[in-house]
Amino acid sequence: MQTPASFEYERATSVDGAIAALKKRGSGARIIAGGHSLLPMMKLRLAKPEHLVDINDLDELAYIREQDGEIRIGALTRHVDLLHSELLAEHFPLFREAEKVIADPVVRNRGTIGGSLCQADAAEDLSAVCSAAKAKVVIRGADGERVVGMEDFHVGPYMTAVGDGELLTEIRLELRPGAGSAHEKVERRAGDWAIVAASAAVWVDGGKIADAGVALGAVGLTTIHVSRAEELLRGKAPSEELFAQAGEIASADCSPTADGRGPVDYKRHLAGVLTVRALRRAVAGALHQEA
Amino acid sequence: MKVSISINGDKVSRDIEPRQLLVHFIRETPGLTGTHWGCDTSNCGACVVLMDGKPVKSCTTLAVMCEGHEIRTVESLEVDGQLDPVQQGFHEQHALHCGFCTPGMLMTARALLDENPDPSDLEIRTAISGAICRCTGYKNIVSAIRWAAEHEAAAKQEV
Repeated sequence: MQTPASFEYERATSVDGAIAALKKRGSGARIIAGGHSLLPMMKLRLAKPEHLVDINDLDELAYIREQDGEIRIGALTRHVDLLHSELLAEHFPLFREAEKVIADPVVRNRGTIGGSLCQADAAEDLSAVCSAAKAKVVIRGADGERVVGMEDFHVGPYMTAVGDGELLTEIRLELRPGAGSAHEKVERRAGDWAIVAASAAVWVDGGKIADAGVALGAVGLTTIHVSRAEELLRGKAPSEELFAQAGEIASADCSPTADGRGPVDYKRHLAGVLTVRALRRAVAGALHQEA
Repeated sequence: MKVSISINGDKVSRDIEPRQLLVHFIRETPGLTGTHWGCDTSNCGACVVLMDGKPVKSCTTLAVMCEGHEIRTVESLEVDGQLDPVQQGFHEQHALHCGFCTPGMLMTARALLDENPDPSDLEIRTAISGAICRCTGYKNIVSAIRWAAEHEAAAKQEV
């Protein structure tokens, strides 16, 4: 039987209350939301929090809305709601594409975006999605809020910029014209972790790629931001040749390891191919064309 | 710590450790062993129960997280000797071999039909994609859920 080690449990009734509880308990405390990443880790003793603060009652953290030129997603928003959000599908279709292949529908009823990002598993799809979409996250502590870009959020494997006594409360996506995005994933079977996943977002202006985001999942210790590919794409007119060059960079700049999901050369190959496919569809979406 | 959970409409209270998983609470406290404890890793779906009407994996949910929520298990499907249409469908279409996955399959199917009374085969397959049948009888399981959908629709028309 797999059971977590003993811990103390409390239910937060407000965001401030949750932060106060985290602060009081220090480094031994963890937030639990859906629990579908944390509880399996606790069963395996890969995580051993002494104190869990349950935020499932904090309905004020469950929303997807447009505000001040951004889409704002509450940290407690569940995968099922991200999947069905028309607002997200309209502006950032890569979310729906990723959600269709994250775990299974039953798991998606519980798991949350905040939990997924804070788990900081390099193979987790939403981290790549948010990185490519240039998301910013809001981290709140007792002394106030700070806003952190995805490039500074994942600081190591299973490690994030969220400190002791802090709570990730919101994900923000800037609405810019000419946006297109796509998520590509190859998995061994339905609902599995990615062998490799690639997310791409582009913002096209006057026939040229004004800005681009490319991120890879499952091919390194953390989500890989393929910044060299982003630099290559910026300011250029989209073409198959350009996508191929970006794919070559993605293939070179990731650092996969061999495991049951495949050898290194196969994963590098996939990283390149999936980057090309994601970019091709992202650009087609931005130009309202069929990929 | 003391928890009170509504299971199939009955309030069930017990002093438990916070680390107790919902699947074990259901099986041990009211003694409802219909909910099966399978892979323990949220992969197999044998432990699926409904939480406020939505299917969840009870091996990856703490019992203490369920206070204030309505839990429904497979035992709630049959009422006064009358099988739920999904149970009847599994019977008619021979949708179980060893039966271990069946409680989770039934609850997943029940939740699907509550939300979508006329699912396509693809929608049925997607809905049960988080449930594993190691006898590999998926074809008959899909037929059974289809059977239940059709018979529920027919029963509603008669009323």
